[in-house]
Amino acid sequence: MWFFAIPGYLFPAPSVIWAEMVENAGMIWGHTLATTRTVALGFIASIVISLPLAVAITSSPLMANTIYPFLVLTQSIPKVALAPILVVVMGANELPRVVITFLVAFFPLVLATAAGLQSVPAELIELGRACRASRWKELIRIRLPYAVPFVFSGLKAAVTLSVVGAVVAEFVNADRGLGYLIVTSTAFFEVALAWAALIVLSVLGIVLFQIVAVVEHVLFPWSAGKT
Amino acid sequence: MIGIESVSKAFGARDGSQVVALQDVSLAFDRNEFVCLVGPSGCGKSTLLRLVAGLVEPSAGRVTIEGAAVDGPRADTGIVFQSPTLLPWASILDNVLFPARMMNVCTPDAVRRAHALLDLVGLAEFAGRHPRELSGGMQQRAGIARALVHQPDILLMDEPFGALDALTREELTLELLRIWSDQPKTILFVTHSIPEAVLLADRVVVLSPRPGRVADVVKVGLPRPRSFAMEAHDEFQRCAGRIRSLIFGDRATAA
Ligand SMILES: Nc1ncnc2c1ncn2[C@@H]1O[C@H](COP(=O)(O)OP(=O)(O)OP(=O)(O)O)[C@@H](O)[C@H]1O
Ligand SMILES: [Mg+2]
Repeated sequence: MWFFAIPGYLFPAPSVIWAEMVENAGMIWGHTLATTRTVALGFIASIVISLPLAVAITSSPLMANTIYPFLVLTQSIPKVALAPILVVVMGANELPRVVITFLVAFFPLVLATAAGLQSVPAELIELGRACRASRWKELIRIRLPYAVPFVFSGLKAAVTLSVVGAVVAEFVNADRGLGYLIVTSTAFFEVALAWAALIVLSVLGIVLFQIVAVVEHVLFPWSAGKT
Repeated sequence: MIGIESVSKAFGARDGSQVVALQDVSLAFDRNEFVCLVGPSGCGKSTLLRLVAGLVEPSAGRVTIEGAAVDGPRADTGIVFQSPTLLPWASILDNVLFPARMMNVCTPDAVRRAHALLDLVGLAEFAGRHPRELSGGMQQRAGIARALVHQPDILLMDEPFGALDALTREELTLELLRIWSDQPKTILFVTHSIPEAVLLADRVVVLSPRPGRVADVVKVGLPRPRSFAMEAHDEFQRCAGRIRSLIFGDRATAA
């Protein structure tokens, strides 16, 4: 049973990790804020870009056939490989981190929103036509509300992936953030601190996911009740 | 008032062939007339209704309302679908107001009218509820109120009571007659039920299938107001028998 033979400096006891967390609380908090900021900016960028993109994709088969190949391309590029290039292109600042976060997070949101917009029952579309709704009103009053439950399942996937994206970006280029903390602490063999950062990251992911779920529950109770 | 002038409608099927839903149909309906459309499944009843609604275009001929050709959905028609098709996220009141919102006529007057209509169809206390909190019959009532909110002159109803149980169906049938005598309008009403058609209509248009054509138009001479007690009436039996033989041939009357 070699598993139990893992030395304490690789897999420190929870008590040791907890002590490390308490001792460095201020420092970890600072890194957490930095990561949260990147996650939030990347997530917001995902929303702002994905929703219009999904509307464009569902507006015509031609648009769908034009846009989808590009989207698939962005997903097939390994983000870890792209990150250093983006740093060179955009400079060693926050921007490449936000872009990486966005690239990791936005795809499921586009897919889910497009699926929602496309699955509106034909009768509701016909109702809109019979009421002489313009295409804009049809979108705002019928298609988008119908897609809300789909959008939220996309948002839940996107917010979780935003955390992943932000950490990947911080591994490559950062002077702050939980990803950066993991890289530096492992470099100095401070394994307990790395574990502490990892735990905070998981908690951050869970909290952000729950925030999205609560927003859905409060603003769109009929949507939350359906899924 | 509504003119259907040598209208044909063919749909292109997926394999490139054509399905002729209606062939050379000519009909004219008077203002405030109650007309029922009956016929076997697939004979083009819904298609005829959708032509009048301006939701589909005829392949040949034309549909006119007050002399003007119909080239799209009009503000003076209201439509009730077979399923209630309410917006699940909107309250019953907002659902009823939906056509007014879409047509940019959601005035305080329209809101007052929506409340009055909910009252008329017996849903006054349910204005703030959501569709999923209502039974199927109540949802269909909301659908009827919605079709009336922008005060259309023409009401198109495609098997509106088709999915309801027999009791609710009779109740809504009488309710519809009451609404119609309250607010006269031209009603085109598609149904599968011959008794329902005879009880409601001034005239019953019987369609025959493949391709859809008018088999005959049966004038119903029953006095108004109508009630289910009239099913025993000779005129009721005559009309129902005539419609039955038009649909099923002589084997129906022989039996
Ligand atoms: N959008 C469409 N595309 C292709 N074919 C259609 C379309 N709508 C109707 N049809 C065809 O036209 C014919 C008439 O259809 P319609 O829905 O008008 O019949 P109906 O009399 O309303 O039948 P039911 O009583 O079953 O509702 C059918 O053969 C149907 O397959
Ligand atoms: Mg039909």
